[in-house]
Amino acid sequence: MSARLFLLQRLTALILAPLVLVHLGVIIYAVRNGLSAGEILERTRGSLGWAAFYGGFVLTVSAHGAIGLRSILIEWGGQGRRSATAIGWAAGSLLLVLGLRAVWAVTGGGA
Amino acid sequence: MSQNAGIEVRVWRGGAEGRYQTFRAPRRENQTVLDIVTWIQREADPTLSYRFACRVGVCGSCAMTVNGKPRWTCRTHVSKVASGGRLTIAPLRNLAVIRDLATDMAPFFEKWRRARGRFEAAISRDDPLVPVSPESPERRAADAAIECINCAVCHAACDVVAWRGDYLGPAALNRAWAAWNDVRDGDRVGVLAAATSEAGCGNCHSHQSCAEHCPVGIDPTRSIAGLKCAGLMALLRGEL
Repeated sequence: MSARLFLLQRLTALILAPLVLVHLGVIIYAVRNGLSAGEILERTRGSLGWAAFYGGFVLTVSAHGAIGLRSILIEWGGQGRRSATAIGWAAGSLLLVLGLRAVWAVTGGGA
Repeated sequence: MSQNAGIEVRVWRGGAEGRYQTFRAPRRENQTVLDIVTWIQREADPTLSYRFACRVGVCGSCAMTVNGKPRWTCRTHVSKVASGGRLTIAPLRNLAVIRDLATDMAPFFEKWRRARGRFEAAISRDDPLVPVSPESPERRAADAAIECINCAVCHAACDVVAWRGDYLGPAALNRAWAAWNDVRDGDRVGVLAAATSEAGCGNCHSHQSCAEHCPVGIDPTRSIAGLKCAGLMALLRGEL
């Protein structure tokens, strides 16, 4: 991969590491009193903090996943650079749209 | 194994498509794999194609796959690698087979060129010599990478080269690392730009097969890691 993709892949990994740890921590904390949609929404709805946290999560995952998928397609999928890049963009865009929609659903007014 | 019993040797015959042919060669003391191949060509089948020159581990031309691993055959003793008294000798992986044990090395050396492995002089022969301290960190890094004999053993050992044929590979990138650390080079940023290109160091998975198999003890994975780091820093400084 090019130097710029390499940099972006490493930077997003750097950002993702603490985000994943917090996410896992919240999962463990959240199920302590039983897991319900109502409880989750009570914590997240209207919260700018959670919107920023998961919005950032979705942004970095979209970039990181797309770059990784592009490499896998080239190395193991037998794809050329151009088609792998196109599929990477498509997958990243899909992750971004679906992810942001989900973040909006739990933190905003509802989907 | 008794020396008189001989040794069963399976040798690849043909090009990309071919088959193994079995020979029985005499065992001798201190015998190398290259000795065996040479015996087969001289005494059993003169049509066997293979490549060698110096026979003492300097020229890097006799590398082959021996019992599944890439090795320099002139310095590989049969006693160290003949498992169960048998040898299987094939051409190097990741290079097109010309015939039998001889591979086409041209794409391998083309990658050296694409990795900007050639020294670019910054001064002319009329200028005074540039002093380079052997103790400087750059020179120490270059020294650790400089003794490569171009045998392509690391290139054959690398899984990433097997996955994507355009990957510059450990040997060319190791050379780029030496060039990057040569303060006399007139285009060090050019070296870094070539080494961090789409087919460059960013593709290395750090499997370390290159370092594991390098016959002269170079660690190309370390060189590639150095290029990754230098590339990132140069990019952040806006030099790339």
